[in-house]
Amino acid sequence: MELTSPGDFAKERVQAIQDWSVMAWRSITNLFRRPRYFGDIVQQADTIGVGSVPIIALTGVSIGGSLALNTASSLQQFGVTSMTGQLVAISMVTEIGPILTALLVAGRNGSGIASELGSMKVTEQIDAMRALGTDPFKKLVTPRVISSVVMVFFLTIISDLCGLVGGWMISRTMLGLNTNQYWTSTYQNLTFGEVVRGLVKPVVFGFVIGTVGCYYGLNTKGGTRGVGLATTQAVVTSSILILVIDFFLTRLLLVFWPT
Amino acid sequence: MASLSHPAVTAEPPGHGESAIRFEDVTITFEDRPVLDGVSFNLAGGETKIILGVAGAGKTTALKLALGLLKPDSGRIYVLGQEITGIPEEQLFSLRRKMGMVFQESALFDSLTVRENVAYRLHEDHDLDEDAIEQRVREALRFVELEHTLDMFPDELSGGMRRRVAIARAIVTQPAIVLYDSPTAGLDPVTSTTIIELLVKERDAFHTSSLMVTHRLQDAWVMATHVFDASQNRMLEAPPEARGSIRVSFLVLREGSVIFDGSALELAESADPYIREFIA
Repeated sequence: MELTSPGDFAKERVQAIQDWSVMAWRSITNLFRRPRYFGDIVQQADTIGVGSVPIIALTGVSIGGSLALNTASSLQQFGVTSMTGQLVAISMVTEIGPILTALLVAGRNGSGIASELGSMKVTEQIDAMRALGTDPFKKLVTPRVISSVVMVFFLTIISDLCGLVGGWMISRTMLGLNTNQYWTSTYQNLTFGEVVRGLVKPVVFGFVIGTVGCYYGLNTKGGTRGVGLATTQAVVTSSILILVIDFFLTRLLLVFWPT
Repeated sequence: MASLSHPAVTAEPPGHGESAIRFEDVTITFEDRPVLDGVSFNLAGGETKIILGVAGAGKTTALKLALGLLKPDSGRIYVLGQEITGIPEEQLFSLRRKMGMVFQESALFDSLTVRENVAYRLHEDHDLDEDAIEQRVREALRFVELEHTLDMFPDELSGGMRRRVAIARAIVTQPAIVLYDSPTAGLDPVTSTTIIELLVKERDAFHTSSLMVTHRLQDAWVMATHVFDASQNRMLEAPPEARGSIRVSFLVLREGSVIFDGSALELAESADPYIREFIA
């Protein structure tokens, strides 16, 4: 295997960031230029959103239930198990819901985007599209990015709700908490800032998933092996970016909407 | 074979003598290796220019440059009188609608049916209603004798059929220029002849300017010596005295440089040892 010099490696990274930035910018500005592919946006939204609902709901319920069990065992020591709903709600809405949804969509759809576009790239379908007078950024990238943003947002809300339901099921059946008590503590203790923080994150994460998936897909080289590599890189990169961005975004959002 | 009775969204073809594509001292380098080095040639309106050369000579790169899919490092390229080397991709899309391209591996959209593939550009243009589009698609597929494949997907077709669908997709709007990238590569001799017959038919029916890349000399020779007889609906060998009127020329590339640009007769009489060996 040929070794790359540190200078060339740095150049490649800077070039990659530049290319990604240009693509990300064009994916947004294309919304304001004709032609617009609303049909493709709806189709992608269906693939990303509707197709992801079962896994998002299932993991939401599971994580919500586990959270209730874990928090209740700690709260029991202080005799305040009635606060279980509140802790499940804050954890799910501000952090676990957005992160969980984003990572699942990155694995399920970010990889799908990269492999689909990667296959099109290596079989010259992207070039054919350009040759036929279609801008692949408008036709392929913008619908996927917009759909990712919108769908991750709504999937996060579903994940949050399922997490709360999971927490309630455990609280009701295993911890003996009153239903009314659980939901009241959940509803009354969630602040506006926490809800906003929990809903801004999925918009950013959706954008990352869509653009990173498209970037690796459109830059695929090396046949079927390249498609596999692009898929892996898309999932790994978007997952890392989601986790890193989550930290800084949380810090930033806390400035504007403190708890 | 059927013909395209109603030209679809047509582009005004360049007249005889006008230039369809012109390369001026074009150079492009990939990873410090010059793939094309100072290449200049002219494709006149209504002419078919066959680009010959061994694998890696830069033939496909020349086609992609002509279509603006690649940008040269230096030199100028003119398409239908417009310089394309300096203009952004956004402005190239309208120009590309006047051109058709048949890719080496067909490059059909594998998630679309044959009907949707051929209708792709017509749908993008939004100029026609669904009935008119259906009619155009059927005509284009009838031209390549594949009307029965309308609802099939590309992976259900043989290699030769895919190539023919790609031709139908390229000509459905009757573009002014058609680019063929090794249209017979990897096909058996019988299927190759069918494809070349289609190309001859397309050339003689519509007088389209075309660039055809190939490394198969026999295909190039058939293009230069045959004409399509519409009355018999088949390709016939032209008598020697009539071959001068067949507007086919040859361009031979060697390691990214043009070593020959001329007629079939001049190619046959070339004294260049490399060309003698190539056409032997």
